Amino acid sequence: MTHLHPSRRGLLSLGASLGMTFLAAPVLADPLSARRKLVVIVCRGAMDGLSVSPPLGDRDYAALRGPIAIAPDKVLKLDADFGLHPKLATVHALAQSGQARIAPAVAIPERIRSHFEAQDLLESGGARVYDVTTGWLNRALAASSRDGRVTAISVGPEEPLILRGPSPVQSWSPGGRQSADLGRITTTLQDLYKHDPILGPALASGLQTEATADTLNGGQTIVAKDARALAVTAGRFVASDGGPSIAVLQLDGFDTHASQGAAEGQLANRLKALDDVVAGLKEGLGPAWGQTVVVTATEFGRTAHVNGTGGTDHGTASTLILAGGALKPGGIVGDWPTLEQSKLFEARDLAPTLDVRQVFKGLLQDHMGVDRAALDSRIFPDSGAAAPVANLV
Amino acid sequence: MTLQTTNGAIAVTRFGLGARPGELDAASVEPQGWLKAQITPSGGEQPQGPLPTGRAAFAAYTTALQDFRQIKRDTSVAAPPGGVMKDGAPDDLKARRKALLAPIRDGVRDEIVARTRLATTTAQPFRERWTLFWANHFTVSAAKPKAAMLAGPFEREAIRPHVFGRFETLLVASSTHPGMLMYLDQARSTGPDSLAGTRRDAGLNENLAREILELHTVGPDSGYTQADVIEFARALTGYSIGVDRDGGDQAGLALFRPNLHEPGARTVLGRTCPAGGSEQARAILADLATNPHTADHLARKLAIHFVADDPPPALVARLREAWTDSRGDLSTVALALVEAPDAWTPQPAKFKRPYELLVSSYRAMGAIPADGDREVIAPLTQMGDRPFTAPQPDGWSEQASDWAAPDAVVKRLDWASGLSTALASAAPSPMQVADAALGDRLTAPVRTAIARAETRPEALTLLFMSPEFQRR
Repeated sequence: MTHLHPSRRGLLSLGASLGMTFLAAPVLADPLSARRKLVVIVCRGAMDGLSVSPPLGDRDYAALRGPIAIAPDKVLKLDADFGLHPKLATVHALAQSGQARIAPAVAIPERIRSHFEAQDLLESGGARVYDVTTGWLNRALAASSRDGRVTAISVGPEEPLILRGPSPVQSWSPGGRQSADLGRITTTLQDLYKHDPILGPALASGLQTEATADTLNGGQTIVAKDARALAVTAGRFVASDGGPSIAVLQLDGFDTHASQGAAEGQLANRLKALDDVVAGLKEGLGPAWGQTVVVTATEFGRTAHVNGTGGTDHGTASTLILAGGALKPGGIVGDWPTLEQSKLFEARDLAPTLDVRQVFKGLLQDHMGVDRAALDSRIFPDSGAAAPVANLV
Repeated sequence: MTLQTTNGAIAVTRFGLGARPGELDAASVEPQGWLKAQITPSGGEQPQGPLPTGRAAFAAYTTALQDFRQIKRDTSVAAPPGGVMKDGAPDDLKARRKALLAPIRDGVRDEIVARTRLATTTAQPFRERWTLFWANHFTVSAAKPKAAMLAGPFEREAIRPHVFGRFETLLVASSTHPGMLMYLDQARSTGPDSLAGTRRDAGLNENLAREILELHTVGPDSGYTQADVIEFARALTGYSIGVDRDGGDQAGLALFRPNLHEPGARTVLGRTCPAGGSEQARAILADLATNPHTADHLARKLAIHFVADDPPPALVARLREAWTDSRGDLSTVALALVEAPDAWTPQPAKFKRPYELLVSSYRAMGAIPADGDREVIAPLTQMGDRPFTAPQPDGWSEQASDWAAPDAVVKRLDWASGLSTALASAAPSPMQVADAALGDRLTAPVRTAIARAETRPEALTLLFMSPEFQRR
């Protein structure tokens, strides 16, 4: 199935006759910035930054973490003070060649410990929870291209808030291949959906994306559970001619309240999946990796202390990972507040030294060419005081 | 067509699970009465089948866990030094691991299939929809392996019997059932100054306390603080599950362990509860059940589920009033919902979730999914709505935007065309199916499209994918 099915061709012409811009070959005003790629990986459940990038140089780390501290001989060293979890081997190899960095103490702007509110804030880009109901990355789409041709795709089963909003976005997840044979039905449905604000645009976009995915994957079937294969597909979408410049992937299962494990175990398995996703993206992007930044963020971190059930509870700051060939080499991003008892937020959590919006703003400004005024007002409302992090790319 | 038929169509599609053949006629006689007759003090219906009790499921889980640990030990012995990874394990150990997971997977599957069959066949679909609302509100998800086998028993034992009783009863049943205690990590939470806490390295787990406040009762707008969460978590210490060494008659049942319980009075949301073992958390749960924020939170959530993603304020106010006046009597609230004029607006505003779409399609055909794996598990997994596996404790979303991504709509189409092909030969004329399922709600363009279809499967696919069938 490497060729477009005839009925899909029918669909393509249908889309063209409806004047759908996403089917048109892109002619961009600024070809350089249009080639730049941004991938966001949202890690849900509050990823434990102190395990992602164990602060080996912090004298309180081992004692606070007890059985879930990552043993120094297992940690993949980054510098004298920090390392990476042993499962993050791909990220570590990238860091060795200047293509990955960590920001070890990042948090959303408001101090909340509800997963759902914090994820909303991380993805909406609001200054306070419930302020904004669309996603910052969707609003950034409009701002980063004068002609609406910078587009985005969500790869995975759910379309995340971060991409929701006025600009149309694509979405893809495995398993939609049979629709190729439904040419006549889809034509009738498109007609029935003419005035349907939900089904009309969704079906048109979905069928088109499905046809593209099939071509990109050479007709190969992808299994939904295979995080790496999903990431490869996402990378291929982004690298393809006229494809989206921005992709979002999601991983969940980071809410490790009990039996978190250390070098092996529950959290280690999730971090292996994260590492596979980064590796898959690099594979799928191919040469476009050189124009790409991948940013991995979570809603908040976890308590500095191990809890009573071998896990950690909801905390504050966590680690953000940056990777990609477009990244400028450098050390850790932001300051390290230390784990001294007096420095912990509310005497229990790693304190943030960087607002996650500062990193996002730095990438949108310097990598995607979004201007500062739009960043401070529309994309991250009331965020003038949160200056973009400079020199990331 | 009379007004009665329109209201009949609303009753069977919005309040119910989609009409089975003949149901629309029956409901149209007296739509409100048809719904009210389904409000049943004994609670929701129970799925049929050889399904385990929570107790048996817990025992099976315990055994599986022991076997798993044994396999882990055997694996370390069998593996070469330094390499104890899964891939390096000898084949028989891999096979043993696999065999261990089979009963867990099968158990969850049996629950999903039994529940789906109930939904596709029940003559009391409003009763079942109401039940499913509460099951989703108090999510226990098999997405967390340690809760997997208990998710079904939890719904059958803690939720279904209580959905038309007092909210407080439902809340206590949910918060103390082993399924919830496992899912939200409560069973081993230990008071730091309890007998057990002073002896060994164990401590508090805040998960259940936080989710009861945020998701199950007062909600995020109520202004509770981290201090409230911790105080409530302290009060909840001791709520646990019996194991074999507690004595045979306690294993797998909810059990209060005084030696885990944090001593002392607790203050939650400004109200202080004196020390008092298991009664302390009960008192806090009772307070939370009647807290005005809980009425606000649930009135709005019910209105969102039944009527619109952004529901009419008057409807929310009416439900809140019924809740407050009856001190959370869920039959009274259900009655208020049925009698609320705002719940009967003709325009179907709710986009069906995949589970609702699947159930209503089978109901329209008068069919029952025969092959559970192929007709229920596979399509619901594909469409991202496999029962008992919500990704997070807040359950499945009620918002159309979460279910209408482009690829999700493509998957609905794939599934609808497969089902239509499979069932077409058994069906009466597709137009009869459409009339019996939607009545007044069938629009002229869809009627025309069905009439013009070249084949029966094509006609049924167009019906199931039509804008009006995708909504309720």
